[in-house]
Amino acid sequence: MSDNIIGAAPKRIDGRLKVSGAAPYAADHLPEGTAFGYGVFSTIASGEITRLSLDEARRSPGVIDIFHHDNFPDLHRSPASFAEGNMVEETRLPFEDNRIYYAGQFVALVVADTFENARAAAYKVKVEYSESEAIANLDQGVAAHGTEAGSSEHSRGDPASAFDGAAQRIDVTYTTPVETHNPMEMHASVAQWHDGQLIIYESSQGVVMQKGALSKIFGLTPDRIRVESPFIGSGFGSKLWMWPHAVAASAASREIARPVQLVVPRAQMFTTTGHRPETRQRLRLATDGNGRLVSLRHDSINTTSFTDRYVETCGSVTKSLYHCDNLSISHATTRVNRGTPTSMRAPGAAPGLFALESAIDEMALKAGVDPLAFRLNNYAERDESLDLDFSSNHIVEATRRAAERFGWQDRNPEPGSMRDGNEIVGYGMAACNWEALKFGCEARVSLRADGSAYVTCATQDIGTGTYTIVAQAVSDVTGLPLERITVRLGDTSYPEGPLSGGSWATATTLPAVAEATRNAIDQLKSYAVSSRGRFSGVDAGELGFENAQLVHNGERIDYVDILSAQRLASADGRAKTSGADNEYSYRSFGAHFVEVRWDPGISRLRVSRVVSAIDVGQVINEMTARNQVEGAIVMGLGMAHFEATEYDHRDGRPVNNDYAEYVVPVHADQPELDVILLDYPDYQFNEFGARGIGEIGTTGLAAAVANAVYHATGKRVRDLPIHKEKLMDDIPEARSA
Amino acid sequence: MRAFDYSRADSAERAIASHRDGAQASYLAGGTTLLDLVKLDVMQPSRVVDINRLGLDRIETLDDGRVRIGALVTNTALASDERIKRDYAVLSEALMSGATTQLRNKATTAGNVMQRVRCPYFRDGVSACNKREPGSGCAAIGGFNRSVHAVLGTSEHCIAMHPSDMCVAMAAIGATVNVEGPNGSRDIDFLDFHLLPGDDPAREHALEADELITHVTLDAPIGGSRSGYLKLRDRASYQFALASSAVIVAVEGGTIRDARIALGGVGTKPWRAREAEQSLIGQPAGERSFQRAAELALQGAVPYRQNAYKIPLGKQAVVRNLTTLTA
Repeated sequence: MSDNIIGAAPKRIDGRLKVSGAAPYAADHLPEGTAFGYGVFSTIASGEITRLSLDEARRSPGVIDIFHHDNFPDLHRSPASFAEGNMVEETRLPFEDNRIYYAGQFVALVVADTFENARAAAYKVKVEYSESEAIANLDQGVAAHGTEAGSSEHSRGDPASAFDGAAQRIDVTYTTPVETHNPMEMHASVAQWHDGQLIIYESSQGVVMQKGALSKIFGLTPDRIRVESPFIGSGFGSKLWMWPHAVAASAASREIARPVQLVVPRAQMFTTTGHRPETRQRLRLATDGNGRLVSLRHDSINTTSFTDRYVETCGSVTKSLYHCDNLSISHATTRVNRGTPTSMRAPGAAPGLFALESAIDEMALKAGVDPLAFRLNNYAERDESLDLDFSSNHIVEATRRAAERFGWQDRNPEPGSMRDGNEIVGYGMAACNWEALKFGCEARVSLRADGSAYVTCATQDIGTGTYTIVAQAVSDVTGLPLERITVRLGDTSYPEGPLSGGSWATATTLPAVAEATRNAIDQLKSYAVSSRGRFSGVDAGELGFENAQLVHNGERIDYVDILSAQRLASADGRAKTSGADNEYSYRSFGAHFVEVRWDPGISRLRVSRVVSAIDVGQVINEMTARNQVEGAIVMGLGMAHFEATEYDHRDGRPVNNDYAEYVVPVHADQPELDVILLDYPDYQFNEFGARGIGEIGTTGLAAAVANAVYHATGKRVRDLPIHKEKLMDDIPEARSA
Repeated sequence: MRAFDYSRADSAERAIASHRDGAQASYLAGGTTLLDLVKLDVMQPSRVVDINRLGLDRIETLDDGRVRIGALVTNTALASDERIKRDYAVLSEALMSGATTQLRNKATTAGNVMQRVRCPYFRDGVSACNKREPGSGCAAIGGFNRSVHAVLGTSEHCIAMHPSDMCVAMAAIGATVNVEGPNGSRDIDFLDFHLLPGDDPAREHALEADELITHVTLDAPIGGSRSGYLKLRDRASYQFALASSAVIVAVEGGTIRDARIALGGVGTKPWRAREAEQSLIGQPAGERSFQRAAELALQGAVPYRQNAYKIPLGKQAVVRNLTTLTA
């Protein structure tokens, strides 16, 4: 066994395929005879289709068929159950009826012999609507029909009384706008049918879930469906669940009896494949005379669609991060004319910790305590919401180490007091936090006579390095070098694996892979001790396995020789592992320290330096883990001061739904990043001690930026993103609209 | 994208003739605007005349000291040309601040002059837009108008800002647009080339039907001057200016001898600020003169629903640029 492959920093084993363009993404799979789909999308946000004029489009070159609500095949809805394995966020099927719930909704699908012909024809489809007044944003939703309360609530003690009687109090409201995931690779499906079996290539974070949903929608037994997603150009949550385009492509393919490729255009990536919803969050905090929290309330409202209810659980972290006897969280929703929201990297926690960690900063200032000291004084020692100990919690050390590396002690607390040439420097900090999750998982491992190991699992590598860490796990158990380990993921014909989301793929997949590997070794041993084996007559229990060799009393035989001696192709193992227990509260922790620079002479804000210390248990791959946290920080930076999907308040239509006007950070915006990975294995959680790392870096980052901005400018920005005009003085009143 | 006739011309005469034959014809150079808008179905040319083989890709210094830039000189080539970097730093900097490396490698000088606005209501193909569909109205007024809308030169019919950085530098330098058309060649002063939206936003420039830009000729550089381009935006790269300034300034003994100022990101066309320039000449190079010039540069600005901040931001672009260049 190798002791050091876990925690080492091997390069991605699929890296060469990706950088050489050899890795096939969903839309790259073009079976013979593939036809190409292109959508016609609603240009109103609310109303009904009154007339579709298709004649000109039908005459357009290469058109095979046009699907819409009058001719789309009758399908079934998915129950949309996570537990049943058929979750979808938008339950309404494409072309169910003539109703329009949001702009950018599919109203027709043109299928033609080429992509260009399909698109040209789609532009010739004329749609007439009866338009209704759209609910364009959260404020309009609340004004028009209020909110629906109740989801993931929690309360303890008596927060209202404790608030009223407290020494210091704040009551503040924060808002966050819609954010759109914008993975580089667009959503795409290539669907084909063979003898009543559907095979679909999809850019998916969850092939098993998609198979479950398709089986319900098409009324097929699961064995009639295969979903493949070998490579994904990231998803950030938008590809967790299947969206209408996949249903449209599958149905169209069956109708025309040809494979159909359907790529969602960038503009509709903002409308029909989910988004992080808009939130409004009220935070009420109170402290006693010693700066200890005595009351904490976090009440949030988020927008959802008219077709489905999605709850952004902003208070999910609030209930357990700080010690507080009197606490409540609530989540309400209001319906607007937008597509159905969905999880986006660190759902709930990203907007929730923007509000909470901004409020903690405000509370600390009100209480006259340094924000760092305030947190150290108030962090929870156990999970008070679950009444459980944490399995492993090093937030105090994370906070102290990051503070020291950052140089927090040099901070002059007076806002605007730290100058550097034209710039005012601001320091801010925030805690970060994410739940550690683990689900059941199956995997299969073959030790092959050619000296390789072959691993299969129907999870996915969405760009995070799952291929590589699965190989590391096999290497860890077998001693085989990575180049002799072949990993196959992203195909429902493999043993059932987890969604790639929620930071749970690592903790879920690796134990199953390791157990399957050990089971393969056991099978190898049983072959070795059989009558024809090299260790014939030996008790299998006395055989060891080290560095790809069976060992007995000093005799070492390579497993390849064991197999070839008996002309066996492989020794195989399967495993099925279970989810997390309820013995502990399993969470990851950390802290961000951010330096911003505000140049008031040109109203330029930039984040110049971030130091983050993250406690995620054992790090499996130092390179991919660091890459995850750094990427998450940059994404948080986008949330903090660039990103907002804008909808026209008059008609609900998105207005910046392209890559030029939806502003995400570019390379030139990346600050100096210094990520400290604490690396304390959490063996209560699983044998590798790993808790997962995808989301946590995004949580808290926007608050750390906002807190640093306050320190630099004296302006408290409670509404993201922190655009420059929110920090500028002397802006004239608009004279015109 | 809809089907169109495509032809590649090997001379300006033939290009113009082909263009005349098409009902809805467009010249194709780098294609970074045209093909983008054709794919979005916002532009629907029936004929596209490819002019990439016309050989208009040279940068020449003329006998009178002016510099003549071929229509097809790419943004990358122009920005990295040694004469341009030496004598027209403002132009090189403006070009380098625009778009991305990939786009600059394709985009041409004439194409940049001809680029269309970034207003989302123009680009979505369906909203009220007097540019795309004259008489339909302007959805940007009263709508989302934070980033790519103007405060100078607007009208009740259109408030889309001109998105170019290059053109702002050229407006400051002074230039001539050389065109050829069915009736021969002519020159258009750069400042007269782009038109204010007024009551006819669909008419964006001074080209007559079928005319083709062959060159842009820069005025001779101002001796003893320094120049620079300052672009302010949200992120550090790949975004159109929220406000920008192109400044050329010559200082002698602490006194401003000559100055040129143009603004980007705030105007419906590349915005030359002549009064601001005049106010500086003969004045000491310092904060007070610069602030006054900035006030004059933005005078008459009309703030809309979300872009009022562009007025102070535009002033800041002027003041900081002048301050840096005269330091």
